[in-house]
Parts: sequence; structure tokens; C-alpha cells
Amino acid sequence: MRGATHAKWVACAAAAALTATACGGGGSDSGSGSGDAGAVLSSSWGDPQNPLEPANTNEVQGGKVLDMIFRSLKRYNPETGAAEDMLAEKIATTDSQNFTITVKDGWTFSNGEKVTASSFVDAWNYGASLKNNQKNAYFFEYIDGYAATHPAEGGKQTADTLSGLKVVNDKTFTVKLTQKFSTFPDTLGYPAFAPLPQSFFSDHAGWLKKPVGNGPYTIASYTKGSQMELKKWAGYPGQDKAQNGGVTLKVYTDNNTAYTDLMAGNLDLVDDVPAAQLKNVKADLGDRYLNTPAGIIQTLAFPFYDKEWNTPDSDKVRTGLSRAIDREQITDTIFQKTRTPATDWTSPVLGEEGGFKEGLCGDACDYDPAAAKQLIKEGGGLPGGQVKISYNADTGSHKQWVDAVCNSINNALDNDKACVGNPVGTFADFRNQITDRKMSGPFRAGWQMDYPLIQNFLQPLYYTNASSNDGKWSNKDFDTLVNQANAETDTAKAVQTFQKAEEVVRDNMAAIPLWYQNGSAGYSERLSNVKLNPFSVPVYNEIKVS
Amino acid sequence: MGRYVIRRLLQMIPVFIGATLLIFLMVNVMGDPIAGLCGDRQCDPATAAQLKKEFGLDKPVWQQYLTYMGNVFTGDFGTAFNGQPVTELMATAFPVTIRLTIVAIVFEIVIGITLGVVTGLRRGRPVDTGVLLLTLVVISVPTFVTGLLLQLLLGVEWGWIKPSVSSDAEFGELIVPGLVLASVSLAYVTRLTRTSIAENKRSDYVRTAVAKGLPRRRVVTRHLLRNSLIPVVTFIGTDIGALMGGAIVTERIFNIHGVGFQLYQGILRQNTQTVVGFVTVLVLVFLVANLLVDLLYAVLDPRIRYA
Repeated sequence: MRGATHAKWVACAAAAALTATACGGGGSDSGSGSGDAGAVLSSSWGDPQNPLEPANTNEVQGGKVLDMIFRSLKRYNPETGAAEDMLAEKIATTDSQNFTITVKDGWTFSNGEKVTASSFVDAWNYGASLKNNQKNAYFFEYIDGYAATHPAEGGKQTADTLSGLKVVNDKTFTVKLTQKFSTFPDTLGYPAFAPLPQSFFSDHAGWLKKPVGNGPYTIASYTKGSQMELKKWAGYPGQDKAQNGGVTLKVYTDNNTAYTDLMAGNLDLVDDVPAAQLKNVKADLGDRYLNTPAGIIQTLAFPFYDKEWNTPDSDKVRTGLSRAIDREQITDTIFQKTRTPATDWTSPVLGEEGGFKEGLCGDACDYDPAAAKQLIKEGGGLPGGQVKISYNADTGSHKQWVDAVCNSINNALDNDKACVGNPVGTFADFRNQITDRKMSGPFRAGWQMDYPLIQNFLQPLYYTNASSNDGKWSNKDFDTLVNQANAETDTAKAVQTFQKAEEVVRDNMAAIPLWYQNGSAGYSERLSNVKLNPFSVPVYNEIKVS
Repeated sequence: MGRYVIRRLLQMIPVFIGATLLIFLMVNVMGDPIAGLCGDRQCDPATAAQLKKEFGLDKPVWQQYLTYMGNVFTGDFGTAFNGQPVTELMATAFPVTIRLTIVAIVFEIVIGITLGVVTGLRRGRPVDTGVLLLTLVVISVPTFVTGLLLQLLLGVEWGWIKPSVSSDAEFGELIVPGLVLASVSLAYVTRLTRTSIAENKRSDYVRTAVAKGLPRRRVVTRHLLRNSLIPVVTFIGTDIGALMGGAIVTERIFNIHGVGFQLYQGILRQNTQTVVGFVTVLVLVFLVANLLVDLLYAVLDPRIRYA
């Protein structure tokens, strides 16, 4: 019965798609075969949480737009994730601390203004200045003078510009960092480092209404909270020109509705297949369903500020818990294979060269109830006799997997009270309890990479007092290794040193790695060449519409 | 009459203040909203402090409330976290939801009252039983089931409508969502009208009207219906506010960017300004609708007088 229904759905969607193509053909110049360069596709979107400014956007929905309208010094290859030169002609350094950056000629913003060295320097200064409340300001923290433009809480801002940035001429500027940071150039593909045109500073409100950038698309219209129309920018000087006429991003209140719209032929691309539809998606879409690895890892973090979780033997308890979780089964049944059991603390998108090492976790991530029981016993038992796994219940399907993890732990320990879920009403409240150090047991910790570097999976999460070290784990050996790795000028060696640091994380089980998350997408028959980049965002400019 | 209206208007003030204060406290109890703004990472403390200051969150709650109410009276509802003034959000959300509510109310009035009159006049006949059963089904099935089912059947299987409403949200697109939103109330309106009509059918004034030899049509519309409408009007009046605030489920299913969507987003993001602003307006709608209902009584039944 189910199969029959879905077959009908597919036929229906196909028919709708065909009519849509027939209708859409009229407006464009060439309607031949595969790839109509003038045709516009529609894609699901979520309302961005923050104003659309490069240094103020820290979530996927806003990031999606920035990726379409901005190009920065570097760009992460949509397939390999490698940082490649985009606007950068050369980034030179002799000591991994002072960099001379040359900007390529011939680039302009879509309003005609030239992209120069000052476009970058001004944008970075704006992003770093505390006055402007930019949520990604900490991306500039390695640049000399950051402390003056962005003092710690309670301090007074003494400068508006970063002393480490100097414009040499129209094409060149220099960056001085506060410490050696060998992979700094590779971080420059992050949207926060995008250049900004003068109009951003002279007419800020106007710019926010209709952002102007230098990417393959320009914004034709933007109705906040409902939709954004992006048109291909004909004058785009880069190699990665848009293969379609434009993209209409439609805000959906619910990803289920977006999926229904895709089925009905009203929408071309859904980049987040709802969990409830994962069972049917293969039957509904066939090979028009994408399920590819993204730079996201889910872990369970621990409150190391709580004495009970910070005893000399508690690493055995944590390792024991890790061994009590049947990752394979949970990713299969709950996530329908849209997650892969984790065997290290990074992500497969980094690749072997980038620092991903399959199996680095070793035995500690293998399901073994007997060993789990033994380890927890050796470690002095569960603190308080029970673990509570905290998660936010408002978004995502966290409840399901937390319950499954608990179930797995309870089965392994033969104790149906060993683990319970502890839902927190809203994400804001969940974050609140974490920052206020109120967690009494393990809690869910998702990490989506900012840039495809092993450094980004380790330093912000496990370095002493780092920005996202929510469990407040602290280990001298780890810190020393990270410092060494950052000072390394040879990338391969730096990666190796980071992996050594990762082994320290493993030996202490600073956080239990659960699974790597995939990006998922479904698209209509009008589209071809649809891909997701390592950030699980569709590579819009390469999509062909027929 | 004039004094009655003034007295009612004055009574609204404490209700209004109490309601907004409650909402304000409830949203604030949920904790620090800035914590959720930076995604799965801790906000840099300096930026967080700066943002708190900008949104006035660093002050004690009572002071926040006073400042907020002071601003509200000058028409300033504050700024949402995405940098948009809340009034701007309202200007886009309320017209959509009002259109949706109008569609729903029209359905309630037209279908609900018609069915009610028809069944009330034919009590015990097959039509009556049939409609009673139907309304029972509608009342017992939750809105989201009706909504998703209609969306799937009409939108995907048969392709009669688009499963989602476009950002313009014109009346035509809102017919099915409006029907879904109205469904439960519609069933109640039918049942209320039916009972009321059936009761009044035997009253003296109807017998008199019939005895006078008035045409049946006039008896039913002028005498019977008019007197039977009082409980129905009360219900529909209070339902206006309920529909506007309760459209969250329907708006989510059909992708309508109205009040429900904004409230949902506001609650998820714990955006005090958005939630309190929208709820304040909804409270006002409730109060005004109730006042209008009370005033309508006198129009329907001249015996009702206001001192």
C-alpha cells in the first residue's frame, strides 16, 4: 500500500515538474536539453536569525546567502573542502605570524565598485569592533590589536581599527597576528572575512535591506521573513559563474511543508529532508535524494566543573559509557543512515590529509556491554548512580536519539535507571544552563565546522577556556600540543601534531564522539548537477535547470 | 450606552496591564535570550553584554517592563533579534492572519449558521443526525490531522491547490487553510445554532408570528434566527481572538507567514520583544472583540439595555 502511494507521488511530482518546465520555457532564451542558463530554481530556506552581515552571520540559513553573494580571499572547494585562492593572488609569510596578502585585479562588487585591499581591511575592522556587536568578532581575535578594539567584558574599547592590519597599496595589505598560526590563510574562506563595499558603511540600513556583494549572484529582492530572489550576476568576474538564471529562496515555517511542496512540484530543492520522511525519501525521489557527509559531529560533553565527573578515575566511567552506546544500531534505525558512527573527533570531510583518522578512537568507541560494565565499575560507578543526558527539546529530533542512547546504556548495564534523558524547553535556555555551568551530567554538543581544518574540530572545543569548551575540560598536554601544531610551518606536520592532541582527548574521553552528520537534500526533475558542499549547503552556482 | 462603553473601556486597562505583565514575566523566566543567539557555542562575553545592553536586558525585570510599556504607548514595540523593528514584523504578519481569520469567520458564519438553522428546523430527521455525526467527527479530529490530510489530498494527490501559501497570501490561497482553521469552531457554531433554534422554535413570539400569517421565511430570519443568534454571536466574537492566536498550527502546516509564524519563531528564539509585542496586540484584539459582542446584544435583542 505504502509503495503504491509513493509511486503515485513520484508520478505526480514528475507530471508537475514537466508542466513547470513547459511553463518556464517561455521566459528564457534557450530551452535546450540539459541546462537552461536563464532558468530560475526555487529552494527552501529558513528565516536568518541575525541581520545579514558577514561578521554577524553564524548559522546555516544566513550563511547560504553569503555564500552566494560573496567571494572572499579563499574559497573552500565544494567537493574536497580544500581552501583555494579566490580573490587572493598571493598570501606570503616567512614566520607564520606576519602575512602579506595581495588581492587579484579585476574584481568588483556588483554595484561596480572595485574590490581593493581596503575593502577587506575596512570589513575586518568593522567585524572586530565591539561597537558593532558582530557575533563572529572572535574570528579576528588572532589579529594584532584585537584586544583594543574588542576588550574583554567590562573593559573599555580603546581603538576602532585593528593595529595588525595595514593597507600597503590598492592591491596589497599586511596582517600581523598575535601568535604563530600556520593555518591562518586557510581560515580566510570563512564568510566573516568577506570584503565589503563602501555602501555598507555609508548606508548601513539600506545595505541590510538589500545586501550588495561580489559573488556570482546579486539580490534582486528581499522580503524579510518570506523570500529572497537572487539573480545571476552577468558581470561576475570569477570562474565559478552561475549555471542557472537565479535562485529564489523561500522561507518555510516547517521543513515538512517544504518537502510536500517538492512532492507537489512547487519547489525545486529542499536542503533539509525532514526526519519523518527519511523512510520514504528513497521511494519518493530515487537518486534525486542526496545524503553526503558534512563537517558536523555530534558528541556528548561532560561537566568537568562538577567534582563527581572530574575524579582521577572518571575517564574510565566516560569510556565505559562510550562503550555502552550502540552507535551502529542508532544511526541505522533512528537516523536511517543519515549519520555515520564516529570513530574519531573530527569529520570525514577533512580527508586523510586534512587530519581525519578513521578508528583513532579505537576500542573506546566500540560497542561492548561487558567491557562497559567493567570500566564503569572500575571507575567508581556512575556519579549519583544515574546519568542524565541533557538536550534541548525544541528543535531537531534530539529526544529520539537521546532516548535511544539511554536505552542502549541501560541495556548494557542491566539497569533500567542507569540513564535518563533530561529535556530542556528551549535552545536558549539550554545554552543558558551550559554557560551558567548548571549541567549535572553529560549533555548534547553538536559541532559544525567553521572551516575544514582539524584545528577547528579541536581547539575551540577542548583547549583550556576556549570559546566552545562547554564542559570546561582542561589538559596541559593537549594545550601544549595544540600550541605546537599552530606554530608549525609545515602543514602535514601541523596535522600530525593535532592528531597527537586528539589522542589526548581520546585517552581522557573528554567528550564521547557519537556520529558524523550528513547533509541531506532532495530535488525535482528539473535540476541536475546538485551537490552539497562540506558545510551541507547546496552548491547553488553549479546547479543546472532544464 | 455611552457610560457603559466608557466603563468597559476602563475595565480593559487592568486586564491589559495584567496580561502583558504576565507574558513579560513568563518570557523572562525562561532565561537569558542572548545565550541562544550564537548557535552551538558560547557568545563572546563582551558582545553578549553589549547586546544585552542594547536590548535593555541588563536591567531588572520591573524596569524593563516599565520602559517597554512606556515605549508601547508611543508606538515603539522594540527590535527583534534580526534587527527588524517589531512594528515592521507586525505590519507584514497581521494583514495575513487577519485575512486568514476573515476567511475562517466567513466559513463559520455561512456554513455554520446555515447548517445550524437547517438542522435546528429539522430536528431528529436524517439531515440532522447526519450533520450531528459530521460535526462530532470534525470536533474530535485535531486540526493538524485535518490540515495535513487536506494538504496531502488536495495539494499533492489531486493537485487542486498548492500545498503551501505564497508570501502574498491572497484570499484565494487562504480558502483551504481558512477552512481547516475554522473547522472545529464551525462545528461548534452549527451545534450552538441548532440547539438555540430548536429551543426558540417553540417560543411564544414564534407562535405569534406564525399565527399572524407571516411568511415562513420572514418568521425564520427575522424572529427565530435573530433571537437565536445571541449565544452564537458570543461564541464567534470570542473566537476571533482565539483564531488569530491559535493559527500557529494551521500557519505552520500551510507555510503562512502570519502572526502564528512570528510568535513561534519568537518563542523558539526567546525573543521577548516579538512575543510580548504580538501578544499585546492579540490581547487588544480579544478585548475589543468582546466589547463588540456585548454591544451587539442590544442590536439583536432590544430588550437588553445597558445602564
